[in-house]
Amino acid sequence: MDYYDLLISILGSTIRLSIPLIFTALAGLFSERAGIFDIGLEGKMLASAFAAACVASISGSPWAGLGAGIVVSVVVGLLHGFASITNRGNQIVSGVAINFLMAGLTIVLGQAWFGQGGRTPTLAATARFSGITLPGADAIRDVPFIGPLYANVISGNNILTYLAFLTVPISWWILYRTRFGLRLRAVGENPGAVDTAGISVEWLRYRSLIAAGILCGFSGTYLAIAQSAAFINNMSAGKGYIALAALIFAKWKPVPVMFTCLLFGFLDAFANFMQGKAVPGIGEVPVQIFQALPYILTCILLAGFIGVAKPPKAGGVPYTKER
Amino acid sequence: MSTASVPLPNWITYGLIPLLNLIVAFLISGLVVWFIGESPLDALVLLLQGALGSGEGIGFTLYYATSFIFTGLSVAVAIHAGLFNIGSEGQAYVGGLGCALVALTLDHYVPWYVTMPFAVIGAAIFGALWAFIPAWLQAKRGSHVVITTIMFNFIASAMMNFLLVHILIVPGKMAPETRTFLEGGQLPKLGWLMDMFGSTIGAAPLNVSFLIALVMCFLVWVLVWRTKLGYEMRTLGLSPTAAVYAGIPYARTVIIAMLLSGGLAGMMALNPVMGASARLQVEFVLGAGFVGIAVSLMGRNHPLGIIVAAILFGILYQGGDALSFDMPNITRDMIVVIQGLVILFAGALEYMFRPALVRIYQTFART
Repeated sequence: MDYYDLLISILGSTIRLSIPLIFTALAGLFSERAGIFDIGLEGKMLASAFAAACVASISGSPWAGLGAGIVVSVVVGLLHGFASITNRGNQIVSGVAINFLMAGLTIVLGQAWFGQGGRTPTLAATARFSGITLPGADAIRDVPFIGPLYANVISGNNILTYLAFLTVPISWWILYRTRFGLRLRAVGENPGAVDTAGISVEWLRYRSLIAAGILCGFSGTYLAIAQSAAFINNMSAGKGYIALAALIFAKWKPVPVMFTCLLFGFLDAFANFMQGKAVPGIGEVPVQIFQALPYILTCILLAGFIGVAKPPKAGGVPYTKER
Repeated sequence: MSTASVPLPNWITYGLIPLLNLIVAFLISGLVVWFIGESPLDALVLLLQGALGSGEGIGFTLYYATSFIFTGLSVAVAIHAGLFNIGSEGQAYVGGLGCALVALTLDHYVPWYVTMPFAVIGAAIFGALWAFIPAWLQAKRGSHVVITTIMFNFIASAMMNFLLVHILIVPGKMAPETRTFLEGGQLPKLGWLMDMFGSTIGAAPLNVSFLIALVMCFLVWVLVWRTKLGYEMRTLGLSPTAAVYAGIPYARTVIIAMLLSGGLAGMMALNPVMGASARLQVEFVLGAGFVGIAVSLMGRNHPLGIIVAAILFGILYQGGDALSFDMPNITRDMIVVIQGLVILFAGALEYMFRPALVRIYQTFART
């Protein structure tokens, strides 16, 4: 197999592995830009993946699954809001609680409903989002260089993949070009000013959590009914935390979020590819190095050694009106 | 004046509110059990019988509680200094490396009571080292300790996997674990403790580290409430600006608090590694670091509260095992649900009932 084909196949899996990260990291972006830390991304992903798989397997429709995934993830987001906005609870504790709750609940309910050790039944092809062949993919396939890239990396993905890349400019536009986005960013920096302007801090923050819920709904759905054909125990497997790392690494900005997620996805794809293969001159590189790399990079960035990651100023602090 | 600042007597703040939070968490867990078609009462009875109905059950309950006391103390010490250490899981994992290295080195030559102090120190030092980098980053570079400790959990997992798969593994074996420690590297079981109460320990792995955990509770109490360092930590936790203004060195206090926290988390490894399985295994911590968060929140960060909360979670873990055996519809993961609810209500929704209680209290106080 020549090197170009290898590259194409790694790029293909990079895209597949990056999509849930992009959706989830953008979800974190909306919530954290509004001043709500969101450790619960992992839990929201799991909850929506489970809901999407259940509804898709009962209804046979991937769109119904997507709807359920979004609704459940938004409800979990509202729970986070109830604890951390309405009751001014600790946002991190609330996020940790949500992660536990969803990790347990999805397995308990899955076992009770389907009796397969927490798995949901395997979905039929029609109940999943399957690959879309873009126009001209087959015609161009044999063209050197561009052909395989177009036919195997750009074409052939499912609709959620294209949607993920579309969500990036949309998020950018919402955050930087709409009144809502301006206020959302303001409430993450200085909620007092937003309050003085007569805008409800609580309602703005709730809306940011709803937006985050919708995006997590997409990522969970992608995991369960686009990438795989069922919900599997703990299938998010730390992706929520990687997305959090990506969000920080991208310094809370939408377009860098996409590139960071692609980078982390590439590391993951490359690690899978390198497993059991020897690098000339070095020998076998342990797969664990690639697994740890996103976290190590994020820590180095946080330490300020490669640029400065400055979080939204009011992040993590509940807003109290009377002062 | 908002209801948040109305003073309430201590028995409401430290007794009634945590109890109410706990009851709500359990009621909702009961609802989940009822929702999947089992009787919550039957489940509760099975759970309690499994955890407390026999000497072996109690032994397992206290075995789990031992781990949770260590991790609960770890989280609590950090919280007193205003730091939320989510990294106890990773620190315990790396602490396991410290105590395993000591056990592997010494078990040929000396009896367990000579190995033990070195293993305690080894585990604590390795756990503390793993907490040092996030602590340093928080103190000197301003990176948030919550984020960095999360990252360090994953880095620990990758590093330990690598060590166990490539370096510590017994040549020729498939399982990624170290060799079994000889008797000189094993902590003896506490059979006599159970005998004292007229029951037998059976196969339960309750061991000497339970006593070490109790000693640590006392030491943490002394540290936090009876020493200058503890006072500085608590001041920092209540108000960092006031602490700095009062001349308490911020960076030093943060780093020491996190080192202590990491050390306590690391010592948790004694219990499973040297007490139960007598070897270092992949992912042996099994989430005990995260249970520590729930235990610390429920115990109000006080050593006594932590012992009570740890035993309660021990009951849940052991009872949950028995329950999933008798009611196959309820998996062991029900514990994780309860744990999540406890963290939610005892931690994030801590003061949900406070306004209502203030109103009730004021009505009664006036008459």
